[in-house]
Amino acid sequence: MKFLCLICAEVMMEGMSKLEADKHYQEYAEFTNDIRKNGNFIGANRLKPANTATTLRVRNGKVSIIDGPFAETKEQLGGYYLIEAKNMDEAIQIASKIPGAKFGCVEIRPVADDPQTLALELDRR
Amino acid sequence: MIPISAEKIHQTVEEIYRTESRRVLATLIRLLHDFELAEEALHDAFIAAVEQWQQKGIPDNPRAWLVSAGRFKAIDKIRRRARFDASLQALAHELDEAVSDEIEGGELEDDRLRLIFTCCHPALASDAQIALTLREVCGLTTEEIGRAFLASPATLAQRIVRAKSKIRDAKIPYQVPEPDELPERLDAVLQVIYLVFNEGYYASSGESLMRPDVSGEAIRLGRLLMELLPEPEVLGLLALMLLAESRRAARATSAGELILLEHQDRSLWSRELIAEGTALVEQALASRQVGMYMAQAAISAVHARAATTDTTDWGQIVALYDLLSRASPSPVIALNRAVAIAMRDGPEAGLALVDQILQHGELLNYQLAHAARADFCRRLGRKEEALAAYRKALALAQQEPERRFLEKRIAELS
Repeated sequence: MKFLCLICAEVMMEGMSKLEADKHYQEYAEFTNDIRKNGNFIGANRLKPANTATTLRVRNGKVSIIDGPFAETKEQLGGYYLIEAKNMDEAIQIASKIPGAKFGCVEIRPVADDPQTLALELDRR
Repeated sequence: MIPISAEKIHQTVEEIYRTESRRVLATLIRLLHDFELAEEALHDAFIAAVEQWQQKGIPDNPRAWLVSAGRFKAIDKIRRRARFDASLQALAHELDEAVSDEIEGGELEDDRLRLIFTCCHPALASDAQIALTLREVCGLTTEEIGRAFLASPATLAQRIVRAKSKIRDAKIPYQVPEPDELPERLDAVLQVIYLVFNEGYYASSGESLMRPDVSGEAIRLGRLLMELLPEPEVLGLLALMLLAESRRAARATSAGELILLEHQDRSLWSRELIAEGTALVEQALASRQVGMYMAQAAISAVHARAATTDTTDWGQIVALYDLLSRASPSPVIALNRAVAIAMRDGPEAGLALVDQILQHGELLNYQLAHAARADFCRRLGRKEEALAAYRKALALAQQEPERRFLEKRIAELS
């Protein structure tokens, strides 16, 4: 089963000193390498800070656009990992090693695998 | 096998339901990978037992019979549904393949442990963990759980349904945690049992001080867990509950008024529970691991040994609180330690500590902190300060007997 791990934190890479950021990148490189070797890695990305976010809604055919993320909180979404795990316990075990979990938090969401979603062929490469 | 009367069968099936239904359910959940389906299967299996045992006699191993009957009923049900939903065909086939080994093998005792760990999974909300554990592990109805936690059966049923869907949708596994995860996951289980116990021992609100059936259920859970997983902290928690329970008869007057430890009639304490609890504490402490529950149980055991408050070994109690503060530091534990120090060194020492704790701010809305301050001031003859603190405690207290106790103290002082 696939799980999406959303990494949220108050401080983004951009807000760190060069030294801190380098160390953090190194930790992420090691973590990613480890889960790649174990076959748990599907995908991951780092997001630019929330001040680059734009939120869009379509109501009655009209597009409305506002500056900022859809939820204004101190902690912002900083990146994600898409992983393969056999169940929630394995997902928790993997996510607990995400370097950002030490500063912020990681939300673990199971990816839907019902027939209708699968029929969309979303992960066809 | 000889045909038996319908009445005798009903009696036997009821008896077996009481002793075996939770074990059968635990195994069915493992075999069927689904709580709802397993519950329906359990129900169907007992109906089949009433019908068939009358004709064919009671099987040698009723539990295995019930598991097997429940599983067949569930597979039948899935097959019938599969005619309309092709995705279920594979599931029916997979369930059919399960070998009898899985039903009768050595995994059976583990199934109950799996059930406990799944119901207390930290990915479920705390109130859902409690409701689910009482429903699935203890077999209480939602009405019974509602009475225990002063919530409506509908609210509880909804909580349980939500928890079950999360288990299914988020793939919370039905397994005993790996050794490296065990300490953390066991903490969650112990916390659920302790919260259930406390709700029965020290009801957070409402008319009565205690609800014995609720704490009795927690003690049963504690015993079951000890049977399945005799870790030191499991022993510690069971000991703590038994020692607290030993004082139940002495904790309140016949009119339901709270009696403090120092004024309790110690001849009412249950010697039997004290002996059992004390033996468990000693066994837990012998493991040389320090845990929050065993340290609290050890404190309780020191009280249990003493004939009066004056002859209580307060020095040892303070030492145990020091240990406890290191194992799990919290302002409430610091408050209890202050009370023990006041008993050893006098109210002045206690007052200084309580004021320090109140200054930190976390316990400003905790009535027992103000009640402790009030008591120290009263004993020091500082009447006005005592009155003010009792009034603060009264404003925060929500439980009737506790409120009456505080009102009485205020009346005595004014």
